[in-house]
Amino acid sequence: MDYIDPHIHMVSRTTDDYATLARMGCVAMSEPAFWAGFDRGSADGFRDYFRQLTEVEPKRAAQFGIQHFTWLCINAKEAENVSLSRDVIAMIPEFIHCKNVLGIGEIGLNKNTKNEATVFLEHLDLAVKFEQQILIHTPHLEDKYQGTRMILDMLCDDSRLDRTRVLVDHVEEHTIDEVLDRGFWAGMTLYPITKCTPARAVDMIERFGGERLLANSAGDWGPSKPTAVPDLIFEMRRRGHSESLIRKVVYENPIEFFSQSPNFSFTPRDAGSDPAS
Amino acid sequence: MHTATQILENEFLEVRAKLLEVAATLDRIDRSVAESAPLDTGAQSSRNRVDEAIRILLEEGPDRAEQLQRFFSHEYEKDWRRDMEI
Repeated sequence: MDYIDPHIHMVSRTTDDYATLARMGCVAMSEPAFWAGFDRGSADGFRDYFRQLTEVEPKRAAQFGIQHFTWLCINAKEAENVSLSRDVIAMIPEFIHCKNVLGIGEIGLNKNTKNEATVFLEHLDLAVKFEQQILIHTPHLEDKYQGTRMILDMLCDDSRLDRTRVLVDHVEEHTIDEVLDRGFWAGMTLYPITKCTPARAVDMIERFGGERLLANSAGDWGPSKPTAVPDLIFEMRRRGHSESLIRKVVYENPIEFFSQSPNFSFTPRDAGSDPAS
Repeated sequence: MHTATQILENEFLEVRAKLLEVAATLDRIDRSVAESAPLDTGAQSSRNRVDEAIRILLEEGPDRAEQLQRFFSHEYEKDWRRDMEI
């Protein structure tokens, strides 16, 4: 089955991973800007990173027939440095019209601090100013509940935002309900230990249905599995779910959400002409 | 969708294996306490939380996973904006 991974950090993955993903049915992916495993020292470090996201990765993905899209921001962890964050936010408009940029992300909170919240709000201003979609990171482990509620408070207090253009990612059993109830899209991240397994993600699909729900691998430089979305597909089949529901979650929903961005120029694999005809 | 009986039949060995992992980990901690030193205050708090989590699993209801998530989470402080002056 063709699928789209809506959240995967391919700058951290090998070219072999691109090949494996293509063979498992991945036809498109979106890569939010995130923490590189170390704090960058200047806005120029982010300029190079944004070039990697907008120039290098699309070409690397295209070698395997995968369409690559991206999101720009300074991530929540480095947002603790407000001065650096403001320099990066001021630079983002240089890249925002690159043809694979879908919006601002993954912004959010990490340790739920005042500085992180300040930078989050400034990212929202940027998104509104440039009419961008938003992809949001929610914190890990014991900080997730409080952080998700703080994020929802900030989003819901901003009447300028169209909630259907905002994806709140890394939801789990204790946060998914409120995200969907308030009209946002929700992303389930299939990530060992700190987030959600394919089995628990399918449990959430069974409880909440397939509307406004995405599943991603968040494959990055940490312990993660870039082929986690096919694992979800397999688990849904094992439980007897319909192919139409599986396709909705892993293919049609990402297209529906991303299509709200003018830069989502996705070409389905079966849209081309048949050379034999 | 599978029936409850089918789910249990499909998952029984996996649940058994996961429970054994938890049991073996608790045994390992207890052996180490007996052979070396007691848990320090922070570790004892974590150990107590594991016991409480196990008690949550024994409760009836369809939302044990959500209850566990909430149990392992910091509380939501609704006045956070006022406290942070944001």
